[in-house]
Amino acid sequence: MTGPQAPPALRLKRIYEVAPRDLERAGTVSTEVRRELLALGMSPEVVRRASVVCFEGEMNMVLYSEGGRIILLVKEDRVELLFSDRGPGIADVNLASQPGYSTAPDWARELGFGAGLGITNMEENSDLFKIRSRVGKGTVVRATILLGVPFF
Amino acid sequence: MKLADLAQLLGAEFVTGAEYADREVTRAFAADLLSDVLAMVQEEGVLLITGMTTPQVVRVAEVMNMGAVLFVRGKYPTGATVEYAAGAGIPLLAASGDMYETCGVLYQAGLLPARRKGFRLDRPASPSRPPA
Ligand SMILES: Nc1ncnc2c1ncn2[C@@H]1O[C@H](COP(=O)(O)OP(=O)(O)OP(=O)(O)O)[C@@H](O)[C@H]1O
Ligand SMILES: [Mg+2]
Repeated sequence: MTGPQAPPALRLKRIYEVAPRDLERAGTVSTEVRRELLALGMSPEVVRRASVVCFEGEMNMVLYSEGGRIILLVKEDRVELLFSDRGPGIADVNLASQPGYSTAPDWARELGFGAGLGITNMEENSDLFKIRSRVGKGTVVRATILLGVPFF
Repeated sequence: MKLADLAQLLGAEFVTGAEYADREVTRAFAADLLSDVLAMVQEEGVLLITGMTTPQVVRVAEVMNMGAVLFVRGKYPTGATVEYAAGAGIPLLAASGDMYETCGVLYQAGLLPARRKGFRLDRPASPSRPPA
C-alpha cells in the first residue's frame, strides 16, 4: 500500500530513438508524445507545453547531436521528458541557454531553425529544468511539468 | 473568420482539410522562422501564415494545436506533407500572394495578431542584434 514515502505511481513510460540529421522524421516523436498525453486525458495546456518542450529538444538532437533517445514518463503528479544524446556535448551550457545564441549551420537556418530560442523556450514551458553536458560524451536534458501547478 | 471566407478573400485554395471550411480562426501569426513560432505563439487555434513548406511546419502546427496553415507566395508542400496534415487533421491552404499582401488583406478583414506571452525572449542579449 502507498505509505507517505511512496514515489508517485508511473502511469506511462515510452522510449523513442532519435536519429541525427533525419529531417524526414524530425518532429514525429513530439507528435507521438502529444497523442499519448491526449489519450491519457491530460489538460490542453499540459499537452501543449510538453509537446513544445519535446519538439525543441527533439530538433536540437536531430540538428546538433549524434543521435540519442527521448524518454517520456507520466506520473500521477508530473510529466517528465528526458533527452539524452551520444555527443558532441555542449562546452558552455550557460552560453548555449542564452536567448539568441545559436551555432545552427546554414542548412538548419534554411529550414527555419537557429533563432537560439529553443532551450529558453523549453525552460519557459517547464516547471523544473536541468541540462547536464560533457564534451565528447553527450548531453542530457530533463524537463518536468508538474500537474496542478499554475502556469503563467 | 471562417477558413472558407478567408480562402475566398485571398483567392486561396484548400490543399487539404476542406472539410474544416467552417472552422473559425480569430488570430494569426506570420513567420518563416519556425523557432519564432514555437517560442512566441502562446495560444491555440492560431492561423499560421508561412512560406516554409517542410514537414516540420505541419508538425509544429500539430504540437501547438494551430487552427490551420496558410502557405503564401504560391508555395506548395510535397505529397507526403499533405498526406500527413490530412491524417493529423490540420487544414492547409495555399495563396499566391506574398506574405505582406496576404497579411494586410487578413488584417484589414479583422483577423487579429496572435497574443504573445511577454517573456524575456523579447529582450535578448542577442548576437543577432547589430552593434549600436
Ligand atoms: N543536444 C545538443 N547537442 C549539442 N549542442 C546542442 C544541443 N542542443 C543545443 N545545442 C547547442 O545550443 C545552441 C542553442 O540551442 P537552442 O535550441 O536554444 O537554439 P537553436 O537550436 O540554435 O535555435 P532554435 O532552437 O531557436 O531553432 C545550439 O545552437 C547548439 O549550439
Ligand atoms: Mg533549438
